[in-house]
Amino acid sequence: MAPSAVQVRTLERYDGDPDFTALMSRISERDRDAFETLFVHFGPRVKALMLKSGAEHSVAEDIVQDVFMSVWRKADYYAPERGAVSTWIYSIARNARIDRLRRQSSKPYDDISEMEIEASDPDAEEELALVQRADKVAEAMVELPDEQRQIIELAYMHDLPQSEIATRLSLPLGTVKSRMRLAYAKLKQKLEEIR
Amino acid sequence: MTIAHHLDDATLMRYASGDLDEAFLVVVATHLAMCEQCRKAVRYAEELGGEMLFACEPADMNPAALNTLLNRIDADEPALARQEAVRGDLPAPLARKVGQSLENIAWRRVAPGVKRHVIEMDNSTSSSLYMLWIAPGVAVPEHGHGGSEMTLILSGAYRDDLGRFGPGDVADLDEHVEHQPRVEDGAPCICLIATETRARFSGLIGRLMQPFVGI
Ligand SMILES: [Zn+2]
Repeated sequence: MAPSAVQVRTLERYDGDPDFTALMSRISERDRDAFETLFVHFGPRVKALMLKSGAEHSVAEDIVQDVFMSVWRKADYYAPERGAVSTWIYSIARNARIDRLRRQSSKPYDDISEMEIEASDPDAEEELALVQRADKVAEAMVELPDEQRQIIELAYMHDLPQSEIATRLSLPLGTVKSRMRLAYAKLKQKLEEIR
Repeated sequence: MTIAHHLDDATLMRYASGDLDEAFLVVVATHLAMCEQCRKAVRYAEELGGEMLFACEPADMNPAALNTLLNRIDADEPALARQEAVRGDLPAPLARKVGQSLENIAWRRVAPGVKRHVIEMDNSTSSSLYMLWIAPGVAVPEHGHGGSEMTLILSGAYRDDLGRFGPGDVADLDEHVEHQPRVEDGAPCICLIATETRARFSGLIGRLMQPFVGI
């Protein structure tokens, strides 16, 4: 929840980080080394996500395995023009969390991503804007007031239902929703600056 | 299809973070399947998740995890061909629940001019999901909701204080919103509805509302 983590990451973005988009295209050609590099970076983060979401260590490890098996199998479907590699991995991890921790079905999410794959119309301009877009998202995160960032952290990382967030923070549900809307508006404004 | 009424931004974020129960997820995903604008908006909302994942403090992994994974990918069968998407009148997230076409829905009459089809959920949940068939010209009594309610129009149209709702439009309403939809003349309105809690109405109002608010 501390803003510092996010700021550090923006400074480091171009220094140590591999080019994840390039890694993904190598992985789709069955390059194990590229897969290993991606795992070394994101595996421990997907595990952190599952721990924050309430999983035991061993369950979190299992889910990480499943998530990366999906990454391996579906590498072909990653489309840079639709979002950052981290976003794609987040969505696979979120679906695994729904299936494993919430014990619900994530099938409707698969239906939507199937549609997007079929409709895929690679847009060079969007692809060019990708790096810039990731920066804008990072900027939006840094600029969010703490009270909004806290709520989206609880929702996205800790897997707390909206009603539970309201209870924990002693806020009316309507306040939680309006802070979410404000956070979304900030994000959208940042992303639309690119065009 | 021109869609005028879209998902609430807070709903987009709940979808992106995985916080919708099954009934609402089906309605939201069915709207997304019909609405390019909201699909794009969801991608934005998912980018927040990617950013937080990227920026989070990594956890310690079991040192054997990487080898386990590499052994698994080596033993993995070649990727299965993607299954051909099922084609029908209805978007896939809904078709999974009710079949390919609106023609084959098992309706049950619940009031004059109103038929309902309750959709079974995989898990017990506090929300319910059902479809309504409402005859042309029928007005639904004015009502608020016991919890939030989401209505997606599949065919036909109705009007209320918020405007006209036609195919693809979604009414993503908070609990305190009251409305009194009236179906347009000419064609029945078929809609898909998720409601958060079983509304507790009593007396005359309760009996009038019974068909509209769930089981
Ligand atoms: Zn929409």
